[in-house]
Amino acid sequence: MVENWQPLANIVTLKQRAQYLADIRCFFAKREVLEVETPILSPAAPTAPYLNSFTTDYIPIGSQSKQTHYLQTSPEFAMKRLLAAGSGSIYQIARVFRNGEQGKLHSPEFTMLEWYRPELTLNQLMDEVNVLIQQVFNFKSISRLSYRGLFEFYLKFNVFDCADDQIKYCAQQRIKGLSDDLQLDRDGWLELLMSHVIEPRLAAMNMPVFVYDFPASQAQLAQIKQDQQGNDVADRFELYIEGVEIANGYNELLDANELRQRFESDNQQRRDQQKPEMPIDNHLLAAMESGLPACSGVALGWDRLIMLALNKPDIKSVQSFSFELA
Amino acid sequence: MANISTNEFKSGLKFMLDGDPCSIIENELVKPGKGQAFNRVKFRNLKTGRVNERTFKSGDSVESADVMEVELEYSYTDGEFWYFMDPVTFEQHAADLNAIEDCKKWLKEQYIYTVTQWNGTPLLVTAPNFVNLTVADTDPGLKGDTSGGGGKPATLETDAVVRVPLFITIGELLRIDTRSGEYVERAKNK
Repeated sequence: MVENWQPLANIVTLKQRAQYLADIRCFFAKREVLEVETPILSPAAPTAPYLNSFTTDYIPIGSQSKQTHYLQTSPEFAMKRLLAAGSGSIYQIARVFRNGEQGKLHSPEFTMLEWYRPELTLNQLMDEVNVLIQQVFNFKSISRLSYRGLFEFYLKFNVFDCADDQIKYCAQQRIKGLSDDLQLDRDGWLELLMSHVIEPRLAAMNMPVFVYDFPASQAQLAQIKQDQQGNDVADRFELYIEGVEIANGYNELLDANELRQRFESDNQQRRDQQKPEMPIDNHLLAAMESGLPACSGVALGWDRLIMLALNKPDIKSVQSFSFELA
Repeated sequence: MANISTNEFKSGLKFMLDGDPCSIIENELVKPGKGQAFNRVKFRNLKTGRVNERTFKSGDSVESADVMEVELEYSYTDGEFWYFMDPVTFEQHAADLNAIEDCKKWLKEQYIYTVTQWNGTPLLVTAPNFVNLTVADTDPGLKGDTSGGGGKPATLETDAVVRVPLFITIGELLRIDTRSGEYVERAKNK
């Protein structure tokens, strides 16, 4: 007989989780942001090289043919199609799936709160996130630090003009236990320094932090702009609470051609790494060609936020049944 | 030797790092939203006993370590090595000071110990939870005192010093908890 049928989260936690859901719906209702639902399954998938989608087969009844579908890693693409169709501000509380990711802060299946605000600039969206985490979750106000400033302050180099070798050298000096033959690209070394050196500092700050103006190479689906020093930066932010990455926000890329190029360069990277290429979402590209309104959007890890709000040690503790108990 | 991928990492897994056998204490996935994944691993070097950290690129692999635990009987020491015998095959295994240091004061001939071996070499010797040892020296006992309140130090046959009740005398056999190093009770003769 299987013994571990019970949830890891206790019933009190699940009630608190339900209350947060009610509160967040109230928060958006007051702001007249529309709740939407979009498909979890799609024949297209994000191309990001380090995002692994789950696949499943659609088999029409009476047929032998299998049509590969992907489980969403975020509801982003479908929500942008709604925006292009004139939905106005929308939000979604969605189940999302990321193959292979499991740990204290990762689960292959989790809940994401994602919202888009056509009438807000990225700065105004950051203000809204700030109000949300204070009002609904009782966290402290969020301070703002640029990516460049963080690296300059803690690691003494300029992320925009430092040579790759110097970044690698810095990582090997500052992070104990890296093998000498570790091979990473520039962004890989920067990410490693972020997670091993800077995140612990952010955790020690005792207040939530927005990191903004990422290197353009980490733009994902955000627009690229120039910062005050004239560096190309990605117009996006990440929210860290207690050193944990909680949310990722963009001044959304609007140019369909630019997006197609990013999808294709992602797929090129996938080919180089012997990973399967992902089918590009042509519906999204068509929607963007017809016109995505200027907008800001943010995706927030719901389980992580609740974990921190309730002082739990891992996201399992706030999920009714974690992946290994499913 | 087999290779182990980071996706098989879990606590207790034995692997080779820089030529030394190691045991994983904690394994954590580190991965920014859309960024590359790493495994941050806390491990014990089984040769030195030291705890360290290492970060691997997820998907990298390490060599597995031929580490196993066997039950061996302690035979004797020549001062440099401590010899243990397999009670079935009578094969002898020599452990150095490093391996027996933690349980040196609980080593008694003919007792069975858990020996962690790597490629047949003892890395670590662990004492059983309870051992019976004879009192080699202690102050004279107080007649009639059976309460055990207060207590006094007693040196056992292995040179371990433990606190014992006042009524204990030289030559008695005592049951000792090796985890806490505490006296449990008078032992019935083995």
